[in-house]
Amino acid sequence: MLKYLSMAALVCLTLTERAHAEAFPSTYNAPTATPILLTNATVLDGTGKRLDNADIYLANGEISWVGTGDSHPDATVIDATGLWITPGLIDVHSHLGVYPSPGVAAHSDGNEATAPVTAEVWAEHSIWPQDPGFTRALAGGVTAMQILPGSANLFGGRGVTLKNVPSLSYQGMKFPGAPHGLKMACGENPKRVYGNRDQSPSTRMGNVAAYRSTWIRAQRYQADWDRYNQAIADANSAESSDGGDGASVADALLTNTPPRRDLELETLAGALRGDILVHMHCYRADEMLTILDMAKEFGYRVGTFHHGVEAYKVADELAENGVCGALWADWWGFKIEAYDGIQENIALVDRPDGGCAIVHSDSDEGIQRLNQEAAKAMTRGNRAGLDIPLERAIRWITANAAKSLGIDGVTGTLEAGKMADVVVWNQNPLSVYAKPLRVYIDGALRFERNNPELSPESDFELGQLLGAAQ
Amino acid sequence: MRLLSVLLTCQMLLWGPASVHAESYLIKDANVFAGDDSPAVRQDILIVDGRIESLGTDLAGSEAQTVIDAAGRPLTPAFFAGITAAGLSEIGMVYEAVDSRLSGLYTGLIHPEFDVRRAYNPHSSVVPITRIEGYGYTLLMAAPGDRTISGQGSLVRLDGGYDSFEGDDVLFVNVDGYSGNRLGSSRAAHWMLLESVFAELSTDDDDLTLITPRGKDTLHAVRRNGLFIFRANRASDILQAVAFGEAHKLRTVISGGQEAWMVRDALAEAGVPVVINALDNLPGSFDGLGARLDNAALLHEAGVTVLFTSGETHNARKLRQVAGNAVANGLPYEAAIEAMTSLPAEIFGGTPKMIAPGLAADLVIWSGDPLEVTSAADHVILSGNPDPMRSRQTELLQRYLPEDAGMGRAYIKP
Repeated sequence: MLKYLSMAALVCLTLTERAHAEAFPSTYNAPTATPILLTNATVLDGTGKRLDNADIYLANGEISWVGTGDSHPDATVIDATGLWITPGLIDVHSHLGVYPSPGVAAHSDGNEATAPVTAEVWAEHSIWPQDPGFTRALAGGVTAMQILPGSANLFGGRGVTLKNVPSLSYQGMKFPGAPHGLKMACGENPKRVYGNRDQSPSTRMGNVAAYRSTWIRAQRYQADWDRYNQAIADANSAESSDGGDGASVADALLTNTPPRRDLELETLAGALRGDILVHMHCYRADEMLTILDMAKEFGYRVGTFHHGVEAYKVADELAENGVCGALWADWWGFKIEAYDGIQENIALVDRPDGGCAIVHSDSDEGIQRLNQEAAKAMTRGNRAGLDIPLERAIRWITANAAKSLGIDGVTGTLEAGKMADVVVWNQNPLSVYAKPLRVYIDGALRFERNNPELSPESDFELGQLLGAAQ
Repeated sequence: MRLLSVLLTCQMLLWGPASVHAESYLIKDANVFAGDDSPAVRQDILIVDGRIESLGTDLAGSEAQTVIDAAGRPLTPAFFAGITAAGLSEIGMVYEAVDSRLSGLYTGLIHPEFDVRRAYNPHSSVVPITRIEGYGYTLLMAAPGDRTISGQGSLVRLDGGYDSFEGDDVLFVNVDGYSGNRLGSSRAAHWMLLESVFAELSTDDDDLTLITPRGKDTLHAVRRNGLFIFRANRASDILQAVAFGEAHKLRTVISGGQEAWMVRDALAEAGVPVVINALDNLPGSFDGLGARLDNAALLHEAGVTVLFTSGETHNARKLRQVAGNAVANGLPYEAAIEAMTSLPAEIFGGTPKMIAPGLAADLVIWSGDPLEVTSAADHVILSGNPDPMRSRQTELLQRYLPEDAGMGRAYIKP
């Protein structure tokens, strides 16, 4: 009987899709750090509050408290008078590592542009951890980011959320417990890439037909697994209610063949279940509405529209559907679906109740200056008559980004119990002159300005330009 | 009476929109950056007939028809937008609406006679979108393609005129690791071609092999009166360009210049200006392993003239953020202002872009520090004409800003 039961448990463990999500697990471990008390700072806490002359205490890798509280006598006390503190910045849309520097052809690993549906690929398997862009982003205060596949495909594959810590492997950077993302793309890119090859899709209607056909396959795959899992679960519960000898579970395992694992459909089914968050590259307002209808047809949630230069036209619909808009402050005009970009886009998406505006980069330059991008968007909103204080705008690069990535329970704000992902700035961060002085990740000081010992450098940059004038 | 009005209409038509400025303006209490490297001074500015009439404290407003109270806000000459394809590229990937580059035409290896000014469209939405952010002029580029010489451009004022070009002819030359793939696959091939072309230039032989007779005339003309702007990032390439310029007696400018700081003394000695993107700090290619944020500061300190470009056309308005980052990384503030205002005109031969009596009134009143990301242009005045501050993007904002869509947004016409 024991043999039967343990076999049943083993089979259940190994065959459910959730267990497969544990492939390539995170090996990230935060180093232990001495407790840190930062005193007398101006704090933008990411919840929408600004605290003046505030203290913040980091211990055991967590934020212990903000405001007043007890601290350990051995804690390192840092006078932060005149300095500003924010949560670590989070970029929901980066291609660091998959389109690294130097951008040589053999480093171009971001788009598996060989078929319009490649949900089976994982961006993490393309990441080059030695991309110098990671260290530059760290100097810009970025503590976490999602690395996404590109937008050549309708279903581009899985994105991965990383802690921005130097590591030999992406596993060493992988944000513990963060869900995967599914990158999807609307509009011009997929239809251009495949249309130019006389393949489908070559039109926007072709795009939508291919999404739907694919979701139908994914639903069938999910139903097969549901049926299988139900049969096993029924046998298990029959077993436990009648205190049997395990024979009925064994019988169920023998008579129900598990569906064949399929990497592509596994990702898609994960998105349908909500275990994998959908990140949809989509520029035009009308296309976003089409996608929201499609999500209703198939019963999944769109987590975040990325780029959305026309998101301001459907800001209310995004808010009603609980969809975030991950946007640029001022990019426009590089293609016709980006023609209607306006600098107030982020502020207008932020306006409705429930609006979830995010500043994203999609750029190895922009990720270094998310604070400046947020500042521009805030300024444009305020000039249009919206009333957006600093403490609200900072959410666009902290709390709202964390929500988009499904990590808002553990980071994105300076609240007790959250990861001590913290940036200390030389001044008000929403300025062209602002610079992170210190960046803490899980309470460990990972970057300190003007301190070579705490300014990490990738292998690639070692020993370059030897003998050149300095 | 009727004849008079007809005559007036004719006169206005003949003058064109850029010349209708019968009005005068008095700007009170501006914090005036003259456009050189001097610090700002609180002053009034009187503008008459499109020109700056006088500067001073407590200028009398009686003769000015319109008074603009700057209330202490910063005022600068209208900014330089960098090297762009403004008016040449309406939408980046709509190829029939992009005219900044020569491609697919191989009647010769080198076509210096290709001139992007013939394709300039002042009604491009990019022009007002850039102008209302405080930018008065740009250097129109012949964009790098797959050739050593991309062609000619020049400064253009962003005043919406069809023929608002000014300054010297500028020839765009590429000697970097890119743009040579179909031309010998080596930066050495660029130099081989350039040396050969210049050798053909100095003979009277009409049997030209690399260049057309018109191209030869163009090269002669640019050599006499224009500038050669070499796109190069690697230190060794920059030095090659400087040496080539000296050997052939060219007025040389470097664009890109990611590793210019490594050869800053040579650049200073040769008097060669460098146009950089001050945000470049990644080894994005093997041409720019030395890219760093204090490039501008190091060059300036060594006595090299530094200008900025963002590499953007549609978002050229980002350039003041680029300059602000240069200041944040050590460039003196006034040097950045000078690089954004008067210096590009000085180098590329445009009319002076300064706040001084007698000069064209091309100026901007800013809501705050003009290099700061939390400021914006409040008033843009070109040739003495206050800009209505409208663009396709402000129209879109006005359509979508009201929370009530009424009968539908299509009925909201700003």
